[in-house]
Amino acid sequence: MGKMFVRAVAGLALAAVAAYSGAADAQQKRDKIRIGFVTFLSGPAAGPFGVPARLAAEAIVEQLNAGKVPAPYDTKGFGGAPLELVVIDEAGGTTKQVSEFRSLVSRQNVDYVIGYISSGDCLAIAPVAEEMKKVTVLFDCGTPRVFEEASYRYVFRTRPHATMDAVAAVRYLLEMKPAVKTYGGINQNYAWGQDSWNDFDLSMKALKPDATVTTSQMPKFGSGQYGAEISALLQSRSDVIHSSLWGGDLEALMMQAVPRGLFRRSQLILVAGEPYLHRLGANMPDGTIVGARGTHGVFAPESTLNTWLHKAYRTKADHDPNYPAYSVALAFLGLKAAFEKAKLEQLGGKGGKEEMEKAPGVGPGDEQLIAAFEGLSFDSPSGRATMSLGKGHQAVMGTAYGTTKRVGGKVTVTNIKRYPAEAVTPPEGMSSPDWIKGGMKK
Amino acid sequence: MQVNKPSQSLKRPPAPGVDRTTLMLVGALVILLAVGPILPRWAMFMLNVSLSWGTVVLGMLLLMRTGLVSFGTGLYYCLGAYAAGALHHFYGIADVAVMLAASVAVAAAVAVVLGFLLAKYRDIFFAMLSLAFSMILYGLLVKTSALGSTDGFGLSVKTIAGFPLGEWERNLMFSTTVVVAFCAALGMHRYLSSHQGRLASAIRDNELRVEYMGASVRRVIHVNYVISAALAGAGGGLVGIAIGHVDPEMAFWTTSGEFVFIAILAGTGSVLAPFLGAIIFETVRSFAYEYSPNTWQLILGTTMLLVIMFLPGGLWSIFTRRKAA
Amino acid sequence: MNQFLAIVIDGIIYSSWLFIIAVGLTLIYGVMKILNVAHGSLYALGAYAATAFGGYWLAQGYPPIGSYGMLVLAAVFVGLVAGPLIERGLLRLMYGKDEVVLVLVTYAVFLILEDMTKLAFGVDPLSIPEPYGLLGSFEIGELMYPTYSLVLVLVSVFVAVALALFLGRTRHGKVLQAVIHDREIASAVGINVSRVYLVTFTAGVMLAALGGALTAPTISVQPGIAAEVIVLAFAVVVIGGLGSLGGAALGAVIVGMVRAWAVHKWPEVELFSVYAVMALVLIMRPKGLFAAPEARKI
Repeated sequence: MGKMFVRAVAGLALAAVAAYSGAADAQQKRDKIRIGFVTFLSGPAAGPFGVPARLAAEAIVEQLNAGKVPAPYDTKGFGGAPLELVVIDEAGGTTKQVSEFRSLVSRQNVDYVIGYISSGDCLAIAPVAEEMKKVTVLFDCGTPRVFEEASYRYVFRTRPHATMDAVAAVRYLLEMKPAVKTYGGINQNYAWGQDSWNDFDLSMKALKPDATVTTSQMPKFGSGQYGAEISALLQSRSDVIHSSLWGGDLEALMMQAVPRGLFRRSQLILVAGEPYLHRLGANMPDGTIVGARGTHGVFAPESTLNTWLHKAYRTKADHDPNYPAYSVALAFLGLKAAFEKAKLEQLGGKGGKEEMEKAPGVGPGDEQLIAAFEGLSFDSPSGRATMSLGKGHQAVMGTAYGTTKRVGGKVTVTNIKRYPAEAVTPPEGMSSPDWIKGGMKK
Repeated sequence: MQVNKPSQSLKRPPAPGVDRTTLMLVGALVILLAVGPILPRWAMFMLNVSLSWGTVVLGMLLLMRTGLVSFGTGLYYCLGAYAAGALHHFYGIADVAVMLAASVAVAAAVAVVLGFLLAKYRDIFFAMLSLAFSMILYGLLVKTSALGSTDGFGLSVKTIAGFPLGEWERNLMFSTTVVVAFCAALGMHRYLSSHQGRLASAIRDNELRVEYMGASVRRVIHVNYVISAALAGAGGGLVGIAIGHVDPEMAFWTTSGEFVFIAILAGTGSVLAPFLGAIIFETVRSFAYEYSPNTWQLILGTTMLLVIMFLPGGLWSIFTRRKAA
Repeated sequence: MNQFLAIVIDGIIYSSWLFIIAVGLTLIYGVMKILNVAHGSLYALGAYAATAFGGYWLAQGYPPIGSYGMLVLAAVFVGLVAGPLIERGLLRLMYGKDEVVLVLVTYAVFLILEDMTKLAFGVDPLSIPEPYGLLGSFEIGELMYPTYSLVLVLVSVFVAVALALFLGRTRHGKVLQAVIHDREIASAVGINVSRVYLVTFTAGVMLAALGGALTAPTISVQPGIAAEVIVLAFAVVVIGGLGSLGGAALGAVIVGMVRAWAVHKWPEVELFSVYAVMALVLIMRPKGLFAAPEARKI
């Protein structure tokens, strides 16, 4: 029995050493750029966010490798080098995700990692990426804590953080309904729901101090039965109901609340309502205020890049891209812009597409890439993003809100109002709660 | 309730100071310490986490030998991790030894209190009540925004018992985990061979007879419960430090379910089994995630069914069966 | 309308839902001593089948009122397919193993079904909202409630009464009780325990699927609903006393009322109210409220 165990351990060690030496070889070649892509493939976040993100990533990589993306992204792959995706499921919690990240980096030898929808995963992964010196782009998580509580060299986030979702919601609400007296909320009882409600509540207190809170309902994530919550909200008779619900929970709430007339009584604000416009159809009451957590989806400005994303995404799915798909585009195009900026400098600062594609094996080191990425401004299907917070690692963009209106059985968004980044995002060096409490000065 | 066939430990003669298991433990310690630094980083990290989980499961092994299966080990695992994390978060303490001591102390202290209650419970009711406590902790942590709610918070370490970790942080952390796991396994081995330890299996086989013998069943169960909680706390602290992040998921019932999974996979035949089980579990899971991201649950579930069907004594029974043959 | 009335009505509706999702679990445990973790997956399968059956019915342009029949048919279908498959194909090989090992076996089934459902139905949320709105709504005081909730309450009362009558008044029910009480004696007096197990498990699966099928019109059916339901059902059943029908009903009422009260009066504690109740009940009555006394075997 002892011998067996010793043999097993020795075997494991040998296999590991072999894998290690193989790994060292792979790292020196750069005929392909391997990108680890982490997104929810199972669990409740898979349907609304995870899988659309994966479809978008696959579509974008195909288009990039074929050189079919409009300028300035028409160089094949990243600077001529084709991309290869390694997709990992984000389910399972931070312990597993940290393990998986380490495996992606040192077993799969990916060159860059793009991923993470859950804020908890982002907070856990960022220090590990830093420790392992692996350039990592967080594409969809929203918590401002990532760059407000720490600063990183290797970690970037190409979407704006979530503070603006609540602040812009309040600004929009007060423009549309300046006479609001009472407001309540229904948010999931976990970090996103709590933060979203707190930011909304704080912003209301700052901009409309005479309005009062009626009730803050915090159902468990995934509970699915909202009968009692809806009764409580009905009885609260609030002018406004704020909700950051998403996915199946949002759909269940709408299916249960609309027949009970809740939204005839109260104005509804759905901070993350955009992905469900096409799904909810008859259950989306007219006049609902919806956001897309940025200028994504229906809020995206018209541009060749936007049209391209629609077409590219449609090759993989039978519906239009929703905001996670736009977040993915931001991440890939941001990283590509930084990569190519650094590569051009490496090639002597002149030339463009042809020169880069002639030397697909040449690529910038991480230091050059980071230098190019910090503070970068780049175009995307959602408009222009600037990496100006978190010492140049956190993107800043404007956002938009609108009001739903059914036209011929299809839900459309009208009265779209756009808010520039300065109006909805705290400046560098200031934490989101402090900024909101201080009256959101530019 | 019997998790295993009547235990091997009863059939074995009383253990002398140095027996085969002790030798194997020392061998594993030496090999792991020697091999650790040359392992690729992912493998070292996976081993680090697996050995920490093994420590948690070692505590479950003790309970299982007593005839109890807890679906709430996550309570102590999470408490241990949060104890370590809170020291760093609130007091800026970044010493591995101090953190681990806190993990063990907090978990054990809570277990002493809850043990008075839980020692009365058996079977599925023990499992469910421990699950309820662990879910209450989960609920409390989710509600506590000062601790980051479901996002949790990060922690980092700088020293170990006063010595700076510096460049060698990962290696030293790995070695620490190996040493802690070794001490836990050796201690458990000695304990199981002691009079008190042997009462565990006796209680599982027949409580009433143990009472007739004059031993207090509740006291034995209480003590074993505290030991198992302390080990879970240590494991939680080790994982928290290794991951650099703690969150309430650690107290969720699925986390406890995974520990039960590993325990059944490994079997209760030896104090080495939990560690082997954890390593195999983590390896299967990690590769399933990577090569089959859409069906990893299917793979895990099937593996579990196959083990239960063909290796009722857990994976460890492969070794014992070979020996018999 | 006063808040108290709202709490009671919300509590009754939620309790009925809890009872439907929990009763199959307690039935299976009572007879077979298996705490079926896969119960949640079977609930999910019922919900998925309901969207498929109901969706097909409506897509054919048949009268929408028939979609209620499709919900029930979906549950029966899942029960008749999955029940015998799991019982004969897997559980039968495991009888005689420890209770906790059986929990693990069903946990494995849960994991497998989770991925199989995903492979079969995809990850996109599916829905079948028509049956929910079809019956309109009624008003109590100033609050509007969908009539569908009333249907749910009636179904759940019907299931409870039917099961109670079956167990207490029929020959088959008495056979079942004999097996619950002592499996070995039952088989010694000539009861075909194997068949009783098959029928019980199938019935339990059917009830789980019925819970899912009836819930489907009120939610969007998607991955993850299984894991949420199973812990709730556990809590209800454990509070009432594992294996007791009356216990499941009482457990459902207690949990339902406490939760409705929490939502209206103290929303912050809603998250763990269920577990707090479970811990409290177990502390006071270690085997749940309606546990049968058990002889100590020496």
